[in-house]
Amino acid sequence: MIYMKYDIIVVGGGHAGCEASLASARMGKKTLLITGNIKNIADMPCNPSIGGSAKGIVVREIDALGGEMGYNTDKTLLQIKMLNVKKGPGVRSLRAQGCKVNYPKEMIKTLKNQKNLDVEENFVKELIVEKNEVKGIITEDGKKEESKCVILTTGTYLNSDILCAHESYKGGPHGEKNSMFLSESLKKNGLKIIRLKTGTPPRILKSSINFDEVKIEYGDNEKLSFSNFYEPTYDVENQKPCYLTYTNPETHKIIKENLDKCALYSGMIKGVGPRYCPSIEDKVVKFSDKDRHQIFLEPERSDDIEYYVGGFSTTMPHNIQEKLLHTMDGLKECIITKYGYAIEYDAIDPTELKMNLETKKINGLFTAGQINGTSGYEEAAAQGLMAGINAVLKIDNKSPFILKRNEAYIGVLIDDLINKGITEPYRLLTSRAEFRLLLRHDNAALRLTEYGRSLGLIDDEKYSIYKEKLKKINDLEKYLNNNFFENNMNNNNYLKNKNSSLINGKIKLIELIKRPEIDLQDLLKYLNIKESKEIIDIVETNIKYEGYINKTKSEVNKMLKLEEKQIPEDIDYNKVKNIATEAKQKLSLIRPITIGQASRISGVNPSDITMLLVYLKKEYNNE
Amino acid sequence: MNDTICAIGTLVGESSINLIRISGNKSIEIVNKIFDKDLTKKESHTITYGFIVDEKEKIDEVLVSVFKSPRSFTTEDIVEINTHGGKAPVKKIMELLLNNGARLAEPGEFLKRAFLNGRIDLIEAESVSDMINAKTESARKMSMKGIDKEISNRINSLREILLSLIANIEVNIDYPEYEDAVIVTKELINEKNIEIKNKIEELIDSSNNGLIVKNGLNVAIVGKPNVGKSSILNSLLGEEKAIVTDIKGTTRDIVEGNILINGIDVYLYDTAGIRETDELVESIGIEKSISKIKESDLVLFVLDSSSNFDYEDKKVLDNIKNKKVLVIYNKIDLGNKKVKELEKYDSLNISAKNKNCVEIIKQKIFEMFNLDDISNSDFTYISNVRQISLLKKCLKISEDIENEIKKDIPIDLMEINIKLLWETLGEITGNVYKEELLDEIFSKFCLGK
Repeated sequence: MIYMKYDIIVVGGGHAGCEASLASARMGKKTLLITGNIKNIADMPCNPSIGGSAKGIVVREIDALGGEMGYNTDKTLLQIKMLNVKKGPGVRSLRAQGCKVNYPKEMIKTLKNQKNLDVEENFVKELIVEKNEVKGIITEDGKKEESKCVILTTGTYLNSDILCAHESYKGGPHGEKNSMFLSESLKKNGLKIIRLKTGTPPRILKSSINFDEVKIEYGDNEKLSFSNFYEPTYDVENQKPCYLTYTNPETHKIIKENLDKCALYSGMIKGVGPRYCPSIEDKVVKFSDKDRHQIFLEPERSDDIEYYVGGFSTTMPHNIQEKLLHTMDGLKECIITKYGYAIEYDAIDPTELKMNLETKKINGLFTAGQINGTSGYEEAAAQGLMAGINAVLKIDNKSPFILKRNEAYIGVLIDDLINKGITEPYRLLTSRAEFRLLLRHDNAALRLTEYGRSLGLIDDEKYSIYKEKLKKINDLEKYLNNNFFENNMNNNNYLKNKNSSLINGKIKLIELIKRPEIDLQDLLKYLNIKESKEIIDIVETNIKYEGYINKTKSEVNKMLKLEEKQIPEDIDYNKVKNIATEAKQKLSLIRPITIGQASRISGVNPSDITMLLVYLKKEYNNE
Repeated sequence: MNDTICAIGTLVGESSINLIRISGNKSIEIVNKIFDKDLTKKESHTITYGFIVDEKEKIDEVLVSVFKSPRSFTTEDIVEINTHGGKAPVKKIMELLLNNGARLAEPGEFLKRAFLNGRIDLIEAESVSDMINAKTESARKMSMKGIDKEISNRINSLREILLSLIANIEVNIDYPEYEDAVIVTKELINEKNIEIKNKIEELIDSSNNGLIVKNGLNVAIVGKPNVGKSSILNSLLGEEKAIVTDIKGTTRDIVEGNILINGIDVYLYDTAGIRETDELVESIGIEKSISKIKESDLVLFVLDSSSNFDYEDKKVLDNIKNKKVLVIYNKIDLGNKKVKELEKYDSLNISAKNKNCVEIIKQKIFEMFNLDDISNSDFTYISNVRQISLLKKCLKISEDIENEIKKDIPIDLMEINIKLLWETLGEITGNVYKEELLDEIFSKFCLGK
């Protein structure tokens, strides 16, 4: 056998690339991470925040599986809060302001200290593909590097154009050198390439903001962490606040007068942008009845020099950007340090992928992150982790690691990408997860840590912390199940205080907690039992919402039954009678493995699934 | 579905013109082979005059309409040939079409293609099928409403209310910092839920009318032998259908006939008198009567005013207890006995010999079923068993939501049933598609940083 220096080559050092190369190296594979600029590893080229609704849960999941993003955020964050506290247990999610200097710094440290992992600064020009199988890469300076698998995590650097006003030039984020040739190499190998767009707002000097004119928004007062294992080290008292200001009719007037000057409305941009990150031009045009829009001022770094103008993504000429910012309270004299711009880039149509993130056309080639048409650091990191794991499993001839929709947001993300395809950069939303009551922030480790352990990504230390928490949960549950709340004066006073009805004789504590007005943390304090909030939250949610959780679980079972029904690989959809034309085309294109997967393909209706089942029963005697 | 199908669209032999319809991607090509003009150059939605030819022989003088994909009933290319009446030309033209590559359509296949190609939704498909089978003017009007999308529109307007509520909740959750969205409260959910619940109840109530319009009313005429059942039937039908004699047990089979009351089909069944008998033929008749009673919407219980309510009458009563009953005291010219046990039922005093009894009975049935409402209404009824059972499921979910509002449950969990209601309503029209939700979210709210 020929000596091969690396098992896996990861191309791109963004959030997907970091997780992919760490997972691969930690699972024992010789790994090379190639990145165009080592300084830009784990870069946050857009907003300085990690987490948010749904996305915060993804970060917890990455962490529970042994990924790095959660812990790295905890180490470097400027502010953190829990969103949706009152809206229900299924939708609580962390959002942190990250530090654009320290986050990458810490991540680079982690990468450099990782065994089995080399990092190299270079650009990849071409894939080496033989008989539909990837064999390695060739760099722009002509160097050949062989490997068993290649993972592409090129982000927005693929054949990218920076657009601002009427100007356009080749370049990646921050105007850096982009990857000019790889996209061609992918096309040559038959992959379908699509063009997407995203944008970023201007950054301004902190010293030029008038903070008297803007609303201040603080982080939460209690210690919070993305990590499922380690206590956070940040200083709760010294979190950096965010600020809120608004656009006004004057801002909108200037935008309307200058629409023809921005890249977006002058027809220069061909790529499709995400609806959830509209430019300020888009907001003003599409929602012309609104006389103001929220603009968030977010700290970008711990040394507090620059602020990010959230909600103000724009492609207006520089002088207009300045004029616009100066119309707003707090920003009348602000100084721009970086101007807003849009970036158009090539991505792979994600329906080209298998559930393990390997391309259907090229064996051993995996892709993850924005190259798959997603947006967001968290979505990228999640795919990077999964691609890294699956590349290793492939080399080891093991079955792929696929998370189901009822197991993780990561499962929802990948299942959506592959079965529904995309028409705009994909962002996770809680509404995409039909079983979100099961996919909670609090139970991420319970859902995923055993998987991480068996994959070799959870070390002994983390695992024993996890086991200890598990024991505490079980102990508390046992206690609540075996102990009673009795009818006596003190207890009655407690109930009266809570506006809760009195009891006859005694009831189990577990029954008492089912009452909406009874709070477990408060009750335990009354009973003089000490337990951490983390443990209490898990136990309380499971007890209080048992009915809803069971209802969701029975929906899950319905789905799993459909997942068990396999579709033979050789099926000819033209022979299936009575399915709609659109469904036939989609099924032939995506070639789902199970009936469950087929039922989630957009354009495939319930009646089509019925017909498909009838056909399978007849042709394959499939039960 | 790639093949081209053809069928005769009219009742051959009964009409002076016949219509042959061809649908599929080869329809124009196939007809072109047997037509003396060039159809391939014709615009969509045009009519061309010419001759159907077999080799050089002229078969029939016809008008040919061309509807090009996707602007046709099936969304495929459709060609329609209007031929002369009479069996011979139609038969010959069908032969020519089949020989040139078309296939004989299965029953309902045009409709099925329209549905599978996304041209019509489930309610429309079901309505077209009802339309084909409509027997009365009222039934035709009702199925037309289905085709017109009126029913779909009503369901969809309920779904829109729910969708904007769900989108609003999702925005509250996914964009917690976004100020412009109203925060959805229990009060708001309650208000919307009550509105929807009332509309669903209305649809369910009217669905009973829908079934009457579609299937007509089945009326069984029962009573012990020789109380005048057959006379009443004959009067209602205006003809001598049942044999009327003075001998008990003359009617041994069920005699049917139908009349129209205000445009609604009313099917009348004269049943054999119910009594104990050893005679085989008569007892079979009695059994049939009992099963007819079970299927009927209304039972006309005929009694003889001149004789006492006896054991045999009671026996009949036992068989109709759970039905809607109209008691008819016949032969009032001979007596006026009233029965205490029957006071809870609607009743009429008539003499079947008297001609005006027909109008009295019709008027009473008319009142009992609010046929007035039906014939004056706009016929937007749901009349399909599948649709009705889904509507009832929706009502149940709406009641669950009502109960949850009273409890202290977070919005995220309340949304589970709201979504379920939205999806179940979508099942009625066959439109369950999640992307709708995201489209709604992003079109209504100006989101994103």
